[in-house]
Amino acid sequence: MNSINEKFSYLKTNRQKALITFITAGDPDAGTTVKAIKSMEKAGADIIEIGIPYSDPLADGPTIQASSTRALKMGIKIPDIMDIVKKARKISEVPLVFLVYYNSIFKYGIEKFLEESSKAGIDGIIIPDLPIEERAGISDLMSKKGIILIPLVAPTSRERIRAIVENADGFVYCVSVNGVTGTREKIGTDLKSYMNTIAQFTDVPRALGFGISSAAMIREVKDYCDGVIVGSAIINVMSQFEDKDEMLENLKKFVSELKDGLSEVKI
Amino acid sequence: MKGRFGKFGGQYVPETLMNALIELEDEFENAMKDEEFLKTYRYYLKEYSGRPTPLYYAENLTQTLGGAKIYLKREDLNHTGAHKINNVLGQILLAKRMGKKRVIAETGAGQHGVATATGAAKFGMECEIFMGEEDIRRQSLNVFKMKLLGAKVTPVKTGTQTLKDAVNEAIRNWVSNVDTTFYIMGSVVGPHPYPTMVRDFQRVIGDEARSQILEKEGRLPDYIVACVGGGSNSMGIFYPFIEDKDVQLIGVEAGGMGIESGKHAATFYGGSTGVLHGMMTYILQDEEGQILPVYSISAGLDYPGVGPEHAYLKESGRAKYVYATDKAALDAFMTLSKIEGIIPALESAHAVAHAMKLAPTLDKDKIIIVNLSGRGDKDVDIVSKFMGVKL
Ligand SMILES: Cc1ncc(COP(=O)(O)O)c(C=O)c1O
Repeated sequence: MNSINEKFSYLKTNRQKALITFITAGDPDAGTTVKAIKSMEKAGADIIEIGIPYSDPLADGPTIQASSTRALKMGIKIPDIMDIVKKARKISEVPLVFLVYYNSIFKYGIEKFLEESSKAGIDGIIIPDLPIEERAGISDLMSKKGIILIPLVAPTSRERIRAIVENADGFVYCVSVNGVTGTREKIGTDLKSYMNTIAQFTDVPRALGFGISSAAMIREVKDYCDGVIVGSAIINVMSQFEDKDEMLENLKKFVSELKDGLSEVKI
Repeated sequence: MKGRFGKFGGQYVPETLMNALIELEDEFENAMKDEEFLKTYRYYLKEYSGRPTPLYYAENLTQTLGGAKIYLKREDLNHTGAHKINNVLGQILLAKRMGKKRVIAETGAGQHGVATATGAAKFGMECEIFMGEEDIRRQSLNVFKMKLLGAKVTPVKTGTQTLKDAVNEAIRNWVSNVDTTFYIMGSVVGPHPYPTMVRDFQRVIGDEARSQILEKEGRLPDYIVACVGGGSNSMGIFYPFIEDKDVQLIGVEAGGMGIESGKHAATFYGGSTGVLHGMMTYILQDEEGQILPVYSISAGLDYPGVGPEHAYLKESGRAKYVYATDKAALDAFMTLSKIEGIIPALESAHAVAHAMKLAPTLDKDKIIIVNLSGRGDKDVDIVSKFMGVKL
């Protein structure tokens, strides 16, 4: 069983919801990324998304754009990122998911990328610019490697939801708002009806992401979903600190707070 | 396959946009079958933009070069000074038909931004234009025009601060406002249906040129030469000639400071297949797919990708792609101004530059049509700086 599925089934048995956290590989540097993965796991992250920095991240707002730019300036390359995953795997059991734009995989070589990801210990991949219409070239190759392609649903998906979540595995990434990543004050979408609609078509866990910025917000949305995804808010915390130890310390503190937001789940 | 030109094209966009693209495609297909819509579109092309534009025999240029006969398709004589308005009128009428009240666009040289702001003013829509800071600096005249026309001009400070980044930001804005906003893409780029739609709104250039040359010369031209940024003016003039295998189609990319210098925007020289702005096409990228910075003196050609249909025409061999350097384009800019009394846009000057190279190698009975995609008022600032003249 893929460790993402294992994780969700464990959480379900224990009446918990998933905290999924995001960091950009190589921001501020590769070594810190490895440590950050471990810190977040210790603080309660159930699944960790590792963003592969890209020059033109269309689905990302200013925070993650800036984070990608910093990582790219550090000269981070895909082999370095595979190395980060390998090192993290040695010290951590947490399921790891790549967040990667399609051109990074395509240009690197789809098979090569998947082969290296699988060897390094990646469990799933999210490709924010690959709608179902364009999946054909990659989804079969991924299942052969035992890596889950995490599908994305958006509030605008409506009648497309059925096709998107058909044969879904791992979790469904439910985009909370029309927009790009980035912290938000509140989420305007009618989450109850949106998340219920998705549940009509799949039993796979639904994780809500985009704009979720704090433990308080998690408390507001957690009843509608099986997990929450936090990205920009984490980058914002990390980027406040120059000193790496301080950065990791505060990251840990923030992730624990987020985790607290998920506790006392009503079933 | 739908939305594909061979392996090129497609829709590599966030899921949030997919239904909007599907709706747009449906609406576009219906509109193009609707006589009423087409009548309105043609009406504005004629009465508002001043079409048809002349196919002008550049006698002085022809004689100076001493070879093939050169005709200029005068897209510079359109309202707002470039071919961009052809596409904007089509898309803004579509936006109106879809009940949208807000339009957004990216712009490089500012010509598409001015055309969009013009359309928005005319049809009473809210308008926001995304433009790289670098381009805002080098095309300040157009920035002022857009503001006069009532548009909001939003500077884009990310990446290379040029056209590519303006497209990124416009797409991001569209994702955030997809229910209310129509994105007027300025070239034959982006996710399906844009490359097809923009081509169909620009093909009027080629349709006119075809009947005009038949009327003037009683035959088709031997060559058609057009500059390629995203590729809309070139696709527009090429498309009606695609089946005419004897007509050679030549796209001219921006060679910047020369291919060897690495400072250029000639996608077909050093580019490879990849995905940018929702389309699979030729792009300038490194070995890990990071988009490379590009450079051209002309803001409208300063783009690391090219429309997917061009990638297809290139691979199939139907069209040929060459480049002209900054220097060649500037020479052409001066020459055309001095001997024909026509100041071309720096983008268009790239096409003229190639024609100036090609014509002397051909017999006098050969015919070249150059697409003069725009006029050069917007560029006098840059050119004067190059000449060391203070305005
Ligand atoms: C006059 C002119 N020609 C050409 C271009 C390049 O665009 P395309 O290749 O889509 O025609 C521009 C773009 O700004 C332009 O303003």
